Amino acid sequence: MSKVAIIGVGQSAFVRQYPGSIRELVFEGFREAVQDARITTKDIDASVICSAPEYDKQRSPAGVFAEYLGLNPQPTFYVESLCSSSSTGVRLAYSLVKSGLHDMVAVIGFQKMSEISSSESQERMGRGADIQWESPFGTMMPAYYAMYARAHMEKYGTTLEDLACVRIKAATYGQLNEKAVYRKPVTMDMFQDPENRMAGSVASPLRVGDCCANADGSSCIILANEEKTKAFCKKPVWIMGLGAATETVNLAGRDLFSGLSAAQQAGQQAYQMAGITPKDIDVAEVHDCFTIAEMMAYENLGFAQPGESKDLIQSKETYKEGSIPVNVDGGLLSKGHPIGATGGSMIRTIVLQLRGEAGAIQVQEPEIGLIHNIGGVGLYGNVTILGR
Amino acid sequence: MGSIKEVDDRFKKFGTVSFTSISKTNDFVDYLEKGKVMGTRCKDCGVVFFPPRAECHQCLASSMEWFEVSGKGKLVTFSKLQFAPVGFEEDLPYCIAVLDYGDYKVFGRIAGDLPEEEIKLGMEMVTAVNSLPNGQLNYVFKKA
Ligand SMILES: [Zn+2]
Repeated sequence: MSKVAIIGVGQSAFVRQYPGSIRELVFEGFREAVQDARITTKDIDASVICSAPEYDKQRSPAGVFAEYLGLNPQPTFYVESLCSSSSTGVRLAYSLVKSGLHDMVAVIGFQKMSEISSSESQERMGRGADIQWESPFGTMMPAYYAMYARAHMEKYGTTLEDLACVRIKAATYGQLNEKAVYRKPVTMDMFQDPENRMAGSVASPLRVGDCCANADGSSCIILANEEKTKAFCKKPVWIMGLGAATETVNLAGRDLFSGLSAAQQAGQQAYQMAGITPKDIDVAEVHDCFTIAEMMAYENLGFAQPGESKDLIQSKETYKEGSIPVNVDGGLLSKGHPIGATGGSMIRTIVLQLRGEAGAIQVQEPEIGLIHNIGGVGLYGNVTILGR
Repeated sequence: MGSIKEVDDRFKKFGTVSFTSISKTNDFVDYLEKGKVMGTRCKDCGVVFFPPRAECHQCLASSMEWFEVSGKGKLVTFSKLQFAPVGFEEDLPYCIAVLDYGDYKVFGRIAGDLPEEEIKLGMEMVTAVNSLPNGQLNYVFKKA
C-alpha cells in the first residue's frame, strides 16, 4: 500500500487581532504551504477545512475558501473537533489519500477568534462542554483544566512551581518564534510576585501565566501519496502513525482526573501503528493550552511515568538539548491558540524539525517526531507520528 | 384560529443561565422544585445515570425510573473561578466540582458559604438543591 507523506507546511503569524477577513487569514498559511511544497493549486485534488464553527460569521466557510484559494472545482469539506480540528483534518486527509480517492489533499485550519469579544469567546469556550448539564453552572475552559491540575497536584505532589517551569520553558522558545503572539521572557519571579499579572488567579490553582492566549491564525498541511511525493518532494516527511480517541464530555462520566484517557489511548494507537515506543521519539509537540496539560501529556504519552512529569520539567529534559525536546517552538503558551489552526501549526513545527529546517530551535538530527493535539478538556485526543 | 400547542420548556429553569429549554428529562426541574436532585436508572438493565437521561446506551431501552441523589459523596476535584462566562458574572467567585458517589459522579458547584481553605479533596459532601438570586434553580455540594 502506498505511503502518505506531508510535502508542504505553512502557517500565518498568530496574532491578537488579524487585520483582515477569514479568507485573507487562510490565504497566508495556504500560500506558505503551496510554495513550500513547490506545487500549484491545480495539483491539489481536495481540501479539508478545519475550525471551531462558533467563531465564524460566515456560514460554511469551506466553499468561500475554495473560491479564494483557487481550489474550484475540486471538492472541499469541513471538519471539527474543537482545538484538535486540524489534526482530525489530517487524519481524514490521510484516509482520502491512502484509499486512492485523491492523490494530494490540503488540510487548512483557521480561527479568527477576535471576530467576537473576549467574554463572548469565553462563553463559547464554556459551551465546548456539556451545555445541558455543565454549562448552567458557569464553566470555563481554564476551570476544567484547573480541576485536573488540582487532582494531579494532590495525587502526585506536583507544585505550582512545576507548572511555572512549563511556562518558563515555553517563553524561552517563544522569544525565538517570529510567528508567536507572546515573545517576552517569563521568570519564576513573575509567578512569585502577587502584583505581577502572571501570578493572578484565573481558576484556582491556575494563574494567568498557566494559560495560553486566544489568537487569530491559519495553518496548512499538504498530504500526498507516494508517487506524487516522489515527483514533487526532496525531503518528504512520512506519516507513520495516527491515533484518535474520545472521552465523555461531562466530567461526571470520567474515572481519570490526573491525566487524559483519550490522549493515552490515541498515543497507544499511534505508537502501535508506527511500530515504535515512546523512547523512539526525538522531538514532540504537545497540546499545552495550559501548563498542566503539558505535564499530563508527558505522562499520557509515556515520556514520563504517571506522577513523574515534574521530574522531567525540573531536569530540563524537555528543553531543546534534553532527552525529549517538547514544544521548542514556544507551544500554545507562547504561540497563542487559534483553535482550528493549532494542530496544523504543531505538525508544521515537527515537519520543519525532521527536515532540519527549524533554524534557531533545531533539535539535533531528529528522525521521528510526535504531535499530541487535544480537543476540549480531553474530549478528543489525537496523536500523529511522523518520520523522515 | 388553530390551537396553540403548549411547549414544555421547564428545563430553562436549570442553572444561572440555561442553554437548554426542552428535554425529555424536564421532570428533573420539577424534582428540584420539590428539593430533590434526581438521576435515572434503566428499568431494563439496571444501569444508573447521572446526569439523568431518557434513554439507555447499554440496552437502548427508554424505560427509565428516577432515583434520588442521596447520602454522601467524596470530593474528586474542584476549581474556584475568578472570571466567569457571560451571564455568570454576578455569581463570582464560585467553585465548580465533581463529587463521587461510587456508582456515579455528579458535576456541580460547591456551596458559596464554604471557604476555599476548608475544601479538601476526598472530603465527604452532600448534594442539595439551591435557589439562585435570579429565581433559577441549581444544586450545590455542602459539607457532610
Ligand atoms: Zn438499559
